[in-house]
Amino acid sequence: MARGRPVTDVTRTVDAIWRIESRRIVGALARMTGDLGLAEDLAQEAVADALVQWPESGVPDNPGAWLTAVAKRKAIDGWRRRERLDERYRAIAHDLEEAVDDSPELIHDDALRLIFTACHPVLGPEAQVALTLRVVGGLSTEELARLFLVPVPTMQQRIVRAKKTLTAARVPFEAPAPTQWAARLSTVLGVIYLVFSEGYSATSGDRLIRTDLAREALRLGRALAGLLPREPEVHGLVALMELQSSRFRARVADDGSAILLDDQDRSRWDAAHIRRGREALARADALGQGRASYSLQAAIAEAHAVAPSVDETDWERIVVLYEALGRLNPNPVVELNRAIAVSKAVDPEAGLQIVDTIARDDALRGSYLLPSVRGELLAQLGRIEEARSEFTTAVRLVTNEQQRAVLVAKLERLAPLS
Amino acid sequence: MPKYMFIMRTTAEALEASKDLDFEEIINAMGAYNESMVTAGVMAGGDGLTDAKEGFVVDFSADKPVITDGPYGEVHELFNGFWIVDVSSREEAAEWASRAPLGPGSKLEVRRITDESDFADFADNEYIEKEKEWRAAGL
Repeated sequence: MARGRPVTDVTRTVDAIWRIESRRIVGALARMTGDLGLAEDLAQEAVADALVQWPESGVPDNPGAWLTAVAKRKAIDGWRRRERLDERYRAIAHDLEEAVDDSPELIHDDALRLIFTACHPVLGPEAQVALTLRVVGGLSTEELARLFLVPVPTMQQRIVRAKKTLTAARVPFEAPAPTQWAARLSTVLGVIYLVFSEGYSATSGDRLIRTDLAREALRLGRALAGLLPREPEVHGLVALMELQSSRFRARVADDGSAILLDDQDRSRWDAAHIRRGREALARADALGQGRASYSLQAAIAEAHAVAPSVDETDWERIVVLYEALGRLNPNPVVELNRAIAVSKAVDPEAGLQIVDTIARDDALRGSYLLPSVRGELLAQLGRIEEARSEFTTAVRLVTNEQQRAVLVAKLERLAPLS
Repeated sequence: MPKYMFIMRTTAEALEASKDLDFEEIINAMGAYNESMVTAGVMAGGDGLTDAKEGFVVDFSADKPVITDGPYGEVHELFNGFWIVDVSSREEAAEWASRAPLGPGSKLEVRRITDESDFADFADNEYIEKEKEWRAAGL
């Protein structure tokens, strides 16, 4: 029996169902075939059938089960037809004809296997991102192409290659072994944060922030938190993304240019995101395993989120958090941020000493970040000529147009040449 | 992504009949539904409401507001709970809503929740500005 609703735009309905059901459909098929790439191919063929049949027959009562059943039948047909031709089909497990097991535990486990397989280390970051959003996030290839500003065939190719790689590397459809768990989870979190960062600070396109992309990352993060509620860093990542999302509206001026934290109108920060971010951080803390990288970054974002102004920010706390972060992940960018925090908590001179140490280590050569921060601190110390020279270097090195505009403005604000 | 509210409305008879059902079964069915939305990353809030008899109505039809005990108007359907979901489209909202474990006598009214863009033409309005500040302050 078809559900009683108008079949005005079946494509949109199929997209909505894929959104909700992709994980379950591809997860079940991948478990049966042991091959995520093949499972996604089969699911695609089933979706193509739905687009042809549903306008006539109406949307079935349980569209997810319909798609899974059709895909499964295709697997069996393909296996029979191509048994001798395509060794991929030989991998199909013998229990393929058995009823689909729909227990919540299995659906839960399939979803996890799906995430870990889509983010498998044999794939490059672009492939991990595309495949994860496609099968875990349930985005259509067209949506993905639009989000990443590439032509649809390019995105199709990216997904096809990702699937081929998984098959070629014979990546099993399973969650990682306990000894690999931490490293593999860290890869998954990295993939989600990569999607978010591309949205938060777009490296391509004419917009500084791509909210749609950041929101997909947040949705993935919340989903993962629902699947792995006992992993503190999953909550830490959600907290970090929520807290950073709270500044979206305040970060971009009407003309599209960037507004730095110091200059943002804090009344435009989104309180709902801040509240959810703080709640997520509290959930991470409540697990009692201490704060790792994402939780520490979230705690820094929280310290900013609760401060009424730059001057009233608890900079000493931020310094301590950056010190902890730097010990866990020694990284010159973290060190540079610590220098900024120290310059506010103590004085610009103390911050400059840290920056000079980074400069001596030559760790950030070629990046505009170091001269930009050094210029800022020198300007605060009244060493205008040196500041001018640093800002000029930063302008030469920066690649993002909006960030260049910020640096040029800083250069112009310096006192004129005497 | 737009947010939608699913407003649960149930006839008084269906609500009365549901009292004979195993409450734990209802909790389990609702729990599984809520969990599916949590693990999909779309759940943004929601609550159930206590018996409409405990509530009251403030009616503005007369010169002064009149308060009466009990549910609103002639009781055909009682509003007894809601969900807020953060989804990608109207179609996805419809999909999730149609999965709620509800039976005969129940309806979900699905309404999009307004956001800043709905008031874009009034961006200069003093109260629209104030509202942003209230929201920022967590009120």
